[in-house]
Amino acid sequence: MQRTIIDFWVGLFVMAGMGALLILGLKVGNLTSYNTGESYTLIGNFENIGGLKIRAPVKSAGVVVGRVTDIQFSLETYDAVVTMGINSYYRFPKDTFASILTSGLLGEQYIGLSAGGDEEMLTEGDKIMKTNSAMVLEEMVGRFLFDKAAED
Amino acid sequence: MPKRIITSIQAVGHRIIDGIWRLGCAARFFILVLLKSAASFLRFGLVIREVYFVGVLSLIIILVSGLFVGMVLGLQGYETLQKYGSESAVGTLVALSLVRELGPVMSALLFASRAGSAITAEIGLMKATEQLAAMGMMAVDPIARVVAPRFWAGVISMPLLAALFSVMGVFGGYLVAVVFIGVDEGAFWSSMQNAVDFRYDIVNGVIKSCFFGVAVTAIAVFEGFDAPPTAEGVSGATTRTVVTSALAILGLDFVLTSFMFRGVD
Repeated sequence: MQRTIIDFWVGLFVMAGMGALLILGLKVGNLTSYNTGESYTLIGNFENIGGLKIRAPVKSAGVVVGRVTDIQFSLETYDAVVTMGINSYYRFPKDTFASILTSGLLGEQYIGLSAGGDEEMLTEGDKIMKTNSAMVLEEMVGRFLFDKAAED
Repeated sequence: MPKRIITSIQAVGHRIIDGIWRLGCAARFFILVLLKSAASFLRFGLVIREVYFVGVLSLIIILVSGLFVGMVLGLQGYETLQKYGSESAVGTLVALSLVRELGPVMSALLFASRAGSAITAEIGLMKATEQLAAMGMMAVDPIARVVAPRFWAGVISMPLLAALFSVMGVFGGYLVAVVFIGVDEGAFWSSMQNAVDFRYDIVNGVIKSCFFGVAVTAIAVFEGFDAPPTAEGVSGATTRTVVTSALAILGLDFVLTSFMFRGVD
C-alpha cells in the first residue's frame, strides 16, 4: 500500500487521542488505585449507614485498603449489610472494629477499620462482628436538645 | 377567508408529512450506509484519508477551545468555591464537568460545525456537479465509495477529539487554578482523582462521544446526499446539518445522561 503523509498525521492523531484517554484514566481518574482481582470480601452489618455509597473507600489508619462493593438491606435483622472488597495484601485480625466515619465535617463517608489483637485473621466472606453506625447529625442534635432539656 | 385558513392548515400538514418522509429516508439511508460499509473497511485507506480531513484538521479548534473552557471553569470554580473555603475542590469541579458533560458535548458541537458542515457541503456539491451520478454510471456505488468512509471517519474521530478536549480542559484548569491563582497542587490532583471514577465517569463520557459521533456524521452525510443539486440547496443543507446536529447532540445528551447518571447507586 502506498504510504502518504496523511497516514502519518492520522497515526499521530490516533496516538494523541489514545494518549489523552490514558492521561484521563491515570492522572485525572482513579485507575491507578484500582485493585484488579486480588481482593477478598468482608461483610459488616450496620445499624445505620448514613450516606455511605457503593465504591466508598475502606480505610485503616487513613490508608485506603479497599472499597465498598455492595450495600443491601437485610430482612432478617433489619439492618444494612455492607460488602467490602479488601486488597489481598492487607490482612486484619478477627476482632477488627468497623465504623462508618466522615472525612471532614461535610466530606464523603467511608468505612474505617481499626485492627484488634486476635491471632486469627479474617478471610474471604467473613463477617465483621463489631461495627459502629454512622453518626447522623439530626440524631446528635436531637440527643443534645434532649439532654439540655433534662438538665433544666 | 376560509380558503386562506385551509391553505395554512394544508401548509402545516405538508411540513409535518414532509418531516416524517425525511425521517424515514434518513433511517433507510443510515441502514444502507451500515450495510455498505464493509467495502470501506476493506479499503481502509479511504477512511484514513477522511480521518485526516475530519479529525486531524479539527484538532486546532478542539484543543484551543478545550484549553479556554478549562481555564474559564478553573476561574469561575475558584471564584465560587473560595466563598466556602473549599478552593481545593476546584480540580474535582473542572475534571467532572469536563469528563462527564462539557468534553463530549462541546467537542461534538464544534465537530458538527467544523467537520459536519464540510462533509455536507462536499457531498452536496458532488451531487450538484453530478459526480455521484457519474460514479453510478461506472458501477461504483457512491454510498460505499463516498458516504461510508466519511461516516466511519467521523465515528472514529469523535471520541478521540472529545478525550483531547477534556485533557486540554483539565490542563487549562490546572494552569489557572494552580499556576496563576496558587491552589495547592497536591490537593488539586488528589481531590480530582478521588472524585473521578474511571468506569463511571470517563468510560461514560467516551460512550457519549461515540453516540454523538454517529449522530453528527449520520446527519451530515444524509443532508449532503439528500441536498437539492443547486447552489441554494447545498447551502440550505449545510445550515440544516449544523442546526439538526446541535439539537440532536443536546437532546441525545439529556437522554444518555439520564441513563448513565441517575443520582442513585
